[in-house]
Parts: sequence; C-alpha cells; structure tokens
Amino acid sequence: MSKGRFSSILKLSVLSTVLAFTSNVSADPVKAAFVYIGPTGDHGWTYAHDEGVKYAKEKLGDDVIMTTIENVAENSDSERVITSLARKNDIVFTTSFGYMNPTVKVAKRYPDVKFEHATGYMLEDNVSVYSARFYEGRHVIGKIAGRMTESNVIGYIASFPIPEVIRGINSAFLAAKSVNPDVQIKVVWVYSWYDPGKEADAANALIAQGADVLMQHTDSTAAMTVAEEKGIYAFGQASNMREWGPNAQLTGIINDWGPYYADRIAAVRDGTWSSSDTFAGVQQGMVKFAPMNNNMPTEVKNEAMKAIIDLSMGAIHPFTGPINKQDGSPWLAEGETPPNFPDLLTMDFYVEGIDSQYPN
Amino acid sequence: MIKLIPRVENSKAMILLSPLLALTLTALSALIIFIFILDDIKVSSVFFTLFVLPLTDSYLFPELLVKAAPLMIIGLGLSIGFRAGIWNIGAEGQYVIGGIAGGAVGLYFYNVEGFWLLPLMALAAIIGGMLYASIAAFLKIRYQVNEILVTLMLTYVAVLFLSAMLQGPLRNPAGFNFPESRIFHDSAMLPIIWGGTRLHVGFIIAIIISFVAWFGIKKHMFGMQIKISGSAPRAAKFAGFNDNKTVLYSLLISGGLAGLAGFFEASGPAGQLTPGLPQFYGFTAIIVAFLARLHPIGILFSSLLIALSYVGGEEVQIEYNLPSSITQIFQGMLLFYFLACDILIKYKVVLNKTKN
Repeated sequence: MSKGRFSSILKLSVLSTVLAFTSNVSADPVKAAFVYIGPTGDHGWTYAHDEGVKYAKEKLGDDVIMTTIENVAENSDSERVITSLARKNDIVFTTSFGYMNPTVKVAKRYPDVKFEHATGYMLEDNVSVYSARFYEGRHVIGKIAGRMTESNVIGYIASFPIPEVIRGINSAFLAAKSVNPDVQIKVVWVYSWYDPGKEADAANALIAQGADVLMQHTDSTAAMTVAEEKGIYAFGQASNMREWGPNAQLTGIINDWGPYYADRIAAVRDGTWSSSDTFAGVQQGMVKFAPMNNNMPTEVKNEAMKAIIDLSMGAIHPFTGPINKQDGSPWLAEGETPPNFPDLLTMDFYVEGIDSQYPN
Repeated sequence: MIKLIPRVENSKAMILLSPLLALTLTALSALIIFIFILDDIKVSSVFFTLFVLPLTDSYLFPELLVKAAPLMIIGLGLSIGFRAGIWNIGAEGQYVIGGIAGGAVGLYFYNVEGFWLLPLMALAAIIGGMLYASIAAFLKIRYQVNEILVTLMLTYVAVLFLSAMLQGPLRNPAGFNFPESRIFHDSAMLPIIWGGTRLHVGFIIAIIISFVAWFGIKKHMFGMQIKISGSAPRAAKFAGFNDNKTVLYSLLISGGLAGLAGFFEASGPAGQLTPGLPQFYGFTAIIVAFLARLHPIGILFSSLLIALSYVGGEEVQIEYNLPSSITQIFQGMLLFYFLACDILIKYKVVLNKTKN
C-alpha cells in the first residue's frame, strides 16, 4: 500500500470526524424553503403542502426557519425563484411537476444545497423526488362513487394529461366499475391546476351531461361548491373540503406531507440527508381520508373503510389484472400488478371501459 | 358636480414629467400600504428589496433584463398597431405560436449543430406569429370583424394548440409521457451575453428593435400613415392612405414581433417547450405600451419598470413573506396613476357649483 493512499484515508477519517463534530454542535437552524404553484388559500394542493410545512415547523421548532413562496408559475420565472431561494437556504422543496427542469438546473449550480422535487422523476446527488400514491385514494372514492351514483355517470374534472392524473382516472373508474358494472366516467380537461372559474364551468358541464358524483384533480374548492348547490356528491381533493360541501362531500383524499417534510429537514439538520426517491401511499400515511359523510349508507361506508384498511396493510393493489387498455389490448394478466416504472409512472392510456377519448 | 374641460394647451413639461409623477405616487401609495401591514423597521428594507435590490444585485439585475426583453419586443409591436387604432389584444397567442414554430424547427433538427439553426428558428417564429395575426387582419379587411375579439379568442386556441403539440408530435420521447418537449440542444439555444446568468442575445435584439421602431415611426412614410390613421382616420383617407394596408401591416408587425418573443423565451430562459410557455407577456405588454405612451424609447424603460415589479415582488415575497399579489397591486397602481396624470394634463377639473 502506498503512502499516498494511506494519508488520504487518514485525511478522510479526520475530515469525517470534523464533519461529525461540526454537525453535532451546529446550533444554526436549518433554512428550508417551499415553492408553491397556487395560493395557500386554494384549500387543495398548495394548502395541503402548507399544512405539512406548519406541521414540520411545529415538530422541529427552533431547529428550522421556513420560507414559502406562493403562486409561482411553472415557467422560466420559477428558475429565478428557485435560485433566489437556493442562495439563502439549506434545502428547497419545489412542490409541482413543472418545476422539475428548473430545479435540476439550479441544483447543478448549487451543489451544497439540497432539493426535493414533488411528483417528478429526475434524481441527482442533491435532488430527491417524492410523490404520493394518490391513485390509492382514487380507488377508495371510486368504490363510493360507484355505489352512490344513480345516473351511473361520474364526472371527472382533470387538469393536465400527465401520468399522475391518468392514474387517478383509471384507478377511480376500475374501482367504481368493480361495484357497479354500468358506471361511466366523463372527463373534462381544464388545462390548469388552479382556476376556480374554469373548474366551476367544468363541474356544471359535467352535471349537464348527467353526472351526479364529481371527482376532481384540480386544486380549488369550486367544484365542491357547485356540487353542494346542485345537491349532488363530490370528494374533497388534497384536503378536507367539508366546509364548502357539508352535504356534498362524501369523503376526501388528504395529502399528508407533514411527517415527510419534518423527516427530510431533520435529516439536513443531522447531516444524514441523501438523495432518495419516495412514492408513498395509504400504508405510509401520506394519503389519508376525510371523515365519511353520515349521509352515506352504512354498507357503502363499511366497504370504503375495508378498502382503506386493505390498502394500509398492502393487501390490495388498485391495479390488479386482468386489465385491458382502452383499445382492448392486454395490459395486466390475471392477478398481475404493475411495477412503478414504466407502467405507473409513464401511464398514458385509459383502461378498457372508459368511453371518453384519450386527450391527444 | 365635477366636470372635465379640455385644456387649450397641454404643458410640455408635464407631459414629460408625468411618468415620474405617476411613479412617485405609486411609491408613496405602496409606502402607505406597507406602513399599515408591516412593522416600522421593516418598511424601509421592504422598499429597498422591492425597488432597489433588483437593480443592484448581481444575480437579480440580469434577471430583470431577461424578464424585460419579451415585454419590450411585444410592447413595441403592439404600440405600432395601437398608434393606428388597430387593437391587437391577442399578442399572447402570436407569442405562443411563434414559440411553437421556432421550437418545432429546433426539435426537428435535434442534435444537428450549425450556426444557421437559430436564424432559421427565429424566421419560423416570426412567420408563425405573422400568419397567426394575419387571420385577424383578413377577417377585419374582408368582413369587418372586430380584431379585438378575433385576436383575443385566438389566444385560447393557441394555448390549446400548444397542449396538443406537447401531447403529440413535440413530446419528449424519454419524458415519462409528461407534456413537455425535449430540452433543446446547444445549437438551438440563444447565446448568453453575460456569463453565469440567463441574459441572452434577445435582449440586445430587443434594444435594436426599439431604435429601429423609433427611427421608422419618425422618418418612414408608414410611421406617418399609422399615426394619422389612428388620430384622424378621415384625414388619412383624404391623404390617400390605404386603410387595409394599415390594418394588415400593423397586425403583421405586432404578430411577427410577438412570435419572435415567443421563440426567445423558448430558446432562452425556458430551454424547451412546456405548457408554461404562455405567461401573460402578451397582455402585460399592453400595459408596457401604454405606460410608454406608445413611444419606442419609452417602451424600453416601461418594460424594465414592469420587469422590476415582477423580480422585486418575488424577492419581497421570499424575504418578508408578503403575498404574491404585491406585484399586481404595484402594476395596477402604476397604470392607474399614469392614466390619471394623463387625463389631468389634457383636461381641467372644474367644480360646477350650480345644481341641476
């Protein structure tokens, strides 16, 4: 063994001792920043992230200083915002898909800063990705919708045709169909994450087409308000929207980011942060549900509760074969479940039985 | 009763000073708002972050110029039509089509190196924007359809067309089926003129266009023609100016420039085509044009001012946790005071004591 190698090992161990020492005594709070796509008052997606931030702040107290910035459009402006945050923070969370390339670009320029990008797929040494298995939530509300619809038409307000949204539509449809073979799903694309006006228009259009249960993959409470007015049913999205639809909201899919945020920021504090890929669901507690509305029949409630328990034990998968694609070609064989990649993460087809046209 | 009576003579000095006056009033109003919502100590630092930091910080200043470039280019094009009374409200749509056209050329020649690629992309973008605006010109000339409605409606069509392209032919084949194009290769990206920043050659071109437009309006016959068509349409007719030509050229120029701005955005700071390409530059440029009273050199400054409100607005949000609406409030107040000043320069306020 050469002397050089030995001395470099020695240096390394000295260095790591020093590092461990400094990270232990360092009293400086971790500076964490969050980029939001909508306003925190959307009571949906961004609201849920902000609740997570509050949870993490409460948990970590003086160990963390939080900065949040709302209404950052998914365009070249976001790169400037992310850069500004990277200059002043230890870890930056970018909470929408459209921030992916800007996040990665900035991360390359700021190798000492940690980045966490929600719902994307590009990992780097200092960029983690995290997302929730929202389609597990869709499975539960799909079962409820299939039981509760009288017109057999479920209305679905969708944002952009990206894999995450497609997964939700397919999962909800399959679950609804499993309890109600006659059910149909009608999809309206609003090409926005947050646009209360368009979301309300879409809700009305779907009701005009016969829908009596609404689902949404957009961020505002507009559809819930419409559902309440029209006396039909809907589901809270990303957070509990009970306040806007005391009668309409059957339950809601709640995104619970708090524990994840607290863990990741604590990891930066403790010097244990490393790049990771998280795709968590009901089992890990990242997807939760709002209380079931009392206006639901007990059997429906029980069926939904059973689905939640099964999901939380990992006993069922919303996509379990046999499932064909919309064009009739086979996707999953009897009993087969899809891998995350490529099937779930790149999903760009409807399953068989959906008669809406795939957006192209 | 309050009445507005036209002044016989407008003060030249006031016409020049009113933008500064409007800016001062905006700053004062902002100050009052801040005093109400902030602790005393913070007011001055928020003010500094909002108005001064973007001009002095070595990272934010080039960003300010990046943000101003598309506003400047689109505002210049719009100002020409506005002078002639041609209201192209849908520059946003032409901007999107320009971005798609330029981007599509770049993606078609993906990984092909060559100095000719950028000019070709720019040409495609300009032609794309022109063709898109010419729909409104055609409908106006042939059927007297109002260009405000046509250009505005076509904006929504353009945005949907972008979505369709990103779901289909322009989608990144290795992009997990997300509606985004590939990231452009180096030959399809605008050269950076300030190392380590995002400031690209488009900013220089924007300034060149300002001076060309200034010269053109002052010296060229077409400049005279649009001016007279706008202010005295009948006189323009007697002078033998062709109305249809004014309509066509105004829309082609504003459409072409908006298209160019779309390409600069796609090949500059964005570096790819995404659904985030449209970002209201086409609409914000209307404010930019009017703040400058449609003067090309004025647009140079007003675009910087509006860009300042964006960049400074983001910084105060980050630094002091103020709501994002601070930028819109600032822009709204600026335009309000500016228009109010202009009214008061042109009209006298008279208190009419007699009651009806």
